[in-house]
Amino acid sequence: MKSLSKTKKETSRENALGADLLSANELRRIVGTVLRLAKSTGAEETEIHVDEVANALTRFANNGIHQNVAEQGITVSIRTVVDGRTARATTNRLDEDSLRGAIGASLSLAHSQPKDPRLLPMPGKQRYGKVNRFIPQTAELSAEDRARAVRRACDLALKKGQVAAGIFSSGQSQSLIGNSRGLFAAYRETHSQFSITMQEDPAASWAKANSSDFRKFDLLKLAERASEKAHLGVNAQELTPGRFTVILEPAAVLDLVGFLFYDFAATALADKRSCLNDRMGKQLFGKNITIADDVYHPLQQGMPFDGEGIPRQRVLLVDRGIPKSLVYARGTAKASGKAPTGHGFALPNEYGEAPMNLVFGGGDSSLEKMIASTERGLLVTRLWYIREVDPYEKVMTGMTRDGLFLVEKGRVTGAARNFRFNQSLIEMLKNVELLGQAVRATGEEAFEMVVPAMKVRDFHFSEVTKF
Amino acid sequence: MWDLCTNALDTAKLRGAPYGDVRVMHLRQRDLTTKNGQVGTLAQSESIGIGIRVLANGAWGFASTDRLTRDGVAACAAQAVSIAKASGLAKRSDVVMVPEESYVDSWQSPFQKDPFEIPLEKQLALLLAADEEMRRVKGVTLSETDMQFRKIDSWFASSAGSRIHQRKVISGCGIAATSYQGGEIQKRSYPNSFGGQHTLQGYELIESLDLLRHAPVIAEEAAALHSASQCPEKIGTLILGGSQLGLQIHESIGHPIELDRVLGQEANFAGTSFLTLDQLNQLNYASSIVNVVADARLDHGPGLGTFAYDDEGVPAQCTDIIKDGKFRGYLSNRETAHLIGLKRSSGAMRTESWNRLPIIRMTNVSLLPGTWDYDDLTDDTHDGILMETNRSWSIDDRRYQFQFSTEIGWEIKGGKKVRMLKNPSYSGITTEFWNSCDAICKLDHWRLWGTPNCGKGQPMQTMGTGHGASPARFRNVRIGTAFSNQ
Repeated sequence: MKSLSKTKKETSRENALGADLLSANELRRIVGTVLRLAKSTGAEETEIHVDEVANALTRFANNGIHQNVAEQGITVSIRTVVDGRTARATTNRLDEDSLRGAIGASLSLAHSQPKDPRLLPMPGKQRYGKVNRFIPQTAELSAEDRARAVRRACDLALKKGQVAAGIFSSGQSQSLIGNSRGLFAAYRETHSQFSITMQEDPAASWAKANSSDFRKFDLLKLAERASEKAHLGVNAQELTPGRFTVILEPAAVLDLVGFLFYDFAATALADKRSCLNDRMGKQLFGKNITIADDVYHPLQQGMPFDGEGIPRQRVLLVDRGIPKSLVYARGTAKASGKAPTGHGFALPNEYGEAPMNLVFGGGDSSLEKMIASTERGLLVTRLWYIREVDPYEKVMTGMTRDGLFLVEKGRVTGAARNFRFNQSLIEMLKNVELLGQAVRATGEEAFEMVVPAMKVRDFHFSEVTKF
Repeated sequence: MWDLCTNALDTAKLRGAPYGDVRVMHLRQRDLTTKNGQVGTLAQSESIGIGIRVLANGAWGFASTDRLTRDGVAACAAQAVSIAKASGLAKRSDVVMVPEESYVDSWQSPFQKDPFEIPLEKQLALLLAADEEMRRVKGVTLSETDMQFRKIDSWFASSAGSRIHQRKVISGCGIAATSYQGGEIQKRSYPNSFGGQHTLQGYELIESLDLLRHAPVIAEEAAALHSASQCPEKIGTLILGGSQLGLQIHESIGHPIELDRVLGQEANFAGTSFLTLDQLNQLNYASSIVNVVADARLDHGPGLGTFAYDDEGVPAQCTDIIKDGKFRGYLSNRETAHLIGLKRSSGAMRTESWNRLPIIRMTNVSLLPGTWDYDDLTDDTHDGILMETNRSWSIDDRRYQFQFSTEIGWEIKGGKKVRMLKNPSYSGITTEFWNSCDAICKLDHWRLWGTPNCGKGQPMQTMGTGHGASPARFRNVRIGTAFSNQ
């Protein structure tokens, strides 16, 4: 087998303790090889995705590191078109025989199906907006660096008589799309994340941050915030479920509203599985709700092109409470007489597209002002295990977690046992009374977004748990 | 592959790791979907690489690579040792594992028809025919079908001398009909929601499902749900169909018995567990007719949690979890078994792929069959609600309070199914719920369901788990809460 990747660069990767990514030239060489091999197979068009990661994650619990991992990998995914049919095959082997095998598998899959009259020719060369999300200092973080930082967080927990658990991760990745019509799109980024849970029996609290630049967040401040809230949560009282005014911290907002955005896919409306069917252009949410999808926003991350290599556009999804626009892949755009917005998934797929870089309009309030303005309500740190109960009214269920606090007469007066909620997102976004500044938030149920804290009236808690 | 494994272990030892284990894994997957009579996804993938776990300075390190050259593997092993030494900078205590024999073995999951050898045209034709059957029914606005096949080879080697090769063939298939009408979306799935049924079998699974017979049935039900009565809100008697009960077991028994959760190792992400160590052999988890095992052996059936050895090289076992209602056991690995004084791991270390660290996962966590015939169970129910096929699921991070909703419900009055109910849901506290179980159907109605999408760990891993269940009855359950006060 002829090896494509046994280059000088790779030798250096193999010897390094922290892997580097392949160079742009090496990626281009992979694309060129696949296109050359595909030419002789009868493929009328060929598209190549190359995705490479070099990630590391340090995990701690009970005030010590218990898992510590690193991964390095690359995949080459090939889509061919033949006689109005298309299919995809993916491999992580870069030798020519394996790439030839993947091309053959893609063609074989394509031949097995009926002709698709909706299939469009692949797009040609595109122009992309610039984003810079690769921070060398993040890429250079070592296992020792992460271990020392974790040690400091654990030392804080020990000092407070608490127990810390969490992660500190860092890494780099790159994605490239090329096709036989000359399209070539490449993107690389770094990422880092710190999440910490502080436990003071029987309570726990949590804080998390995520950025392409690990220097943007202060690990000890996050640990201190989680520690203080865990201590405050120790004597939680059981409240009667019902409708409450809630102050949702950004992570809680993020994880809830994250379930709304697949409904903004044009394909979801065509399939009649979107909550926006028969609701576009109507005053669905409060007038203080404006939402855009904007990959170029300074607090956003991610590549400026979609799964077909189409440049992502900024799309105003909701304007002062009115759903205004959807996002479109090329295929759904053609079917709808619209222009593609650059939100399509890699073909072939049945879901079409989705907005991935949500940015909410913020307000001039703050958590402190929201608390001060509340006669009786609950401050929610985080939500957990959120699932959809009713897809059209967008009723979601889930639990509060890691810090639910009672607010009375403008101040936090104690902790409350965790509640289950059953709440319509549509109703919730009608009931927003105050908005904080929009910030980059990270949770566990939805991808990262730029969202504000929200004060919401009449939030429905249906049951209470044991802690 | 064994040369690569030996190379990795030798390098790790040379770099200062007294213990190491490695997994070379080769995963092949095929995905087919249709939607509204058109092919959706049509894709095939393969991935091969090595994951190296080492113990150095009393702490763990793990590294993985897809560079399966001698130099690539050696660099990866060196990186794993370096990471382990870094872990030592913030370790709490030295890792100790319970002993385990070493094994040299090869095992393949049994199957009758290799799904990768069945012509794609045949597979797609079946899905498109089922899709068409659903679309024939008036009111169906979205028809979806899917098939998924996986073939996974793993070569496990440890510095203690184990050399174990396993090959697993996994198949999955499901269909779903959705109806949008009058500001309401209703959906029915077969044989289960979220991708259907998944087992450690070949194409014979697909052939056993009889998709074409069931497609019009679920399509009619999806359309009919719009005019069905709303599930009432009350405290009452609940009968759960087998697949929904499988998920109930998964969430309210399977996860809380994971010893890593119990010991706080998942506190930041998946959560902890109400099953603290003092509950073992003390807690009345369920009523006395409830018996639950975690059984990874092939004797239990071709489940997604069936194997010959776990990914730590420990042979498949059957562990009593609930015996006559009493809480009897956890899911453990070699490290956590030592931490609570067990003599042996229960063999529950599993990894999604070569690039993920094995962690404690469910195997086949199953409710053993009871004594009731299904017809007798409904005949014996004077006033109850039967709920089938999961629609949503949620439980708190210590696994006390849960809420499930299902796609369809049936009101039972005087022992007869009298009317269809839409938007059914129920909720409760785990131990109160299981202690209210008063009837479990017998083996004739028992089926080993597959949950292919269980997420856990950081970085996230998706694992398939098995859950045997037959329909069962529960008393005094809170019903209809999900839609109360909306």
